[in-house]
Amino acid sequence: MLKRTPFFDFHTSLGAKMVDFAGWEMPLMYRSIVDEHQHTRSSGGLFDVSHMGRLSFSGKDAAKFLNLVASRDLSTSAVGQCKYALICNEQGGVMDDVIISRDTKQWLMVCNASNRDKLNKHFFAIRKQRDLDFDMSDSTEATAMVALQGPKAIDKIAGVLPTDLSALKRWRFESGSFMLIKYTIYRTGYTGEDGIELVLPAKMAGMAMKLLGGRFEKETATLRPAGLGARDTLRTEAGLPLYGHELSEEIDPIEAGLGFAVSLEKDFIGAAALRAKVQTRKLVGLELEGRRIARQGAIIQKSGQPIGVATSGTMSPTLGKSIAMAFVGLEHAAVGTAVDVELSGTPHAAKVVPLPFYKRA
Amino acid sequence: MELPANYRLLESHEWHNDNDGVVSIGITQFAADELTDVTYVELPKVGAKLAAGDRFGTIESVKATSDLYTGIAGTVVEVNAALNNDPAQVNTDPYQAGWMIRLKPDNAADVGQLLSAADYLKKTGH
Repeated sequence: MLKRTPFFDFHTSLGAKMVDFAGWEMPLMYRSIVDEHQHTRSSGGLFDVSHMGRLSFSGKDAAKFLNLVASRDLSTSAVGQCKYALICNEQGGVMDDVIISRDTKQWLMVCNASNRDKLNKHFFAIRKQRDLDFDMSDSTEATAMVALQGPKAIDKIAGVLPTDLSALKRWRFESGSFMLIKYTIYRTGYTGEDGIELVLPAKMAGMAMKLLGGRFEKETATLRPAGLGARDTLRTEAGLPLYGHELSEEIDPIEAGLGFAVSLEKDFIGAAALRAKVQTRKLVGLELEGRRIARQGAIIQKSGQPIGVATSGTMSPTLGKSIAMAFVGLEHAAVGTAVDVELSGTPHAAKVVPLPFYKRA
Repeated sequence: MELPANYRLLESHEWHNDNDGVVSIGITQFAADELTDVTYVELPKVGAKLAAGDRFGTIESVKATSDLYTGIAGTVVEVNAALNNDPAQVNTDPYQAGWMIRLKPDNAADVGQLLSAADYLKKTGH
């Protein structure tokens, strides 16, 4: 029995093709993946991300606990600040990638839908093991979350909520109240565009859609609904990792290019293993010649020898090129290196290119 | 697009249309919708000989890569070169302009052994 977000009726009323994602019935697309992708890059896309986990931590040891489980130094987090971090296992493998935000009386964490149960169990176990004094709660199913991303998204919703969006910088968040609806708004996103992610009570999901303009089915609408298909092609272009592809418990954050989110001098679970680890491979961007797409698992070769493996790939709607992310041996990771991607048993020429593939103006 | 009543099918969603002894093959709207935006179709060379059940090509979309199969044995007499420039025709017109290959069947009766349109729709729950 799949879980449904508070926007389920919204999706089906717009004719969305629904699929199972991490146990949730989610919209893959409404019109076409490419169309939704391009509209997000040129104007705005509206994404239901209610399936993602929303956890909160409060009490005496909350900050200490989060600093223990997260790779990032949170002691420098200001109230209202969001930080991207990894939750690692003792071997330095990634359990999840999350955003941790400091509020006045609590800490908020947004995690992947697929890892929510795992993290809850992990956090309970650590709290007990280390005898830490803090409260934890999971508000995922009591809330809805929607992402509005694209160059015109901020202007479109600027007047709607009391929050001054011109003052809300990237990687900051604010909580507020609008017509008695408590909301939290984050200036974060997963598309490579500017935008926000809005959390509100599940019961208010329908009202939120009305507030945000309502007429999404119109071709001329500034903000148009976009599904998981476009979400994936957008984040791939932006070189952003997807858990289960670029990240897993067998992958460490350094080799995945996320060193900026790892404070090795801090003692967190996995730090010792990461300090001791000798790096042998690196996540790189690849651009393939021709129109074939490299999927997760495609072998990367050089002179007929395997040198790595692809983690994600697509035909980039923005660039019109076949792009992929892959782990390759450090000696082959330099930008410009010519490699082959094995597809249907045949090597297809490709080259290492910088990440991200796309950066907004 | 509606599946023409006289087309014959494989459960893997390839349709076969016998037109005066030449059998055209493509995929159904259902399959095209599952793939979403088609980016590339790899087709065999004219003259290739295929056995029933052979993979004749590959179809790719932003979302997934899938193999294409023929339900009948035959020789490839024509391939739809237009799909090189406009693979999206598979999504917009899968039963006509989105045709992929044309076969001269080894046995004229083979195509009649495949699933009827009605049976295909029943089996795929439509």
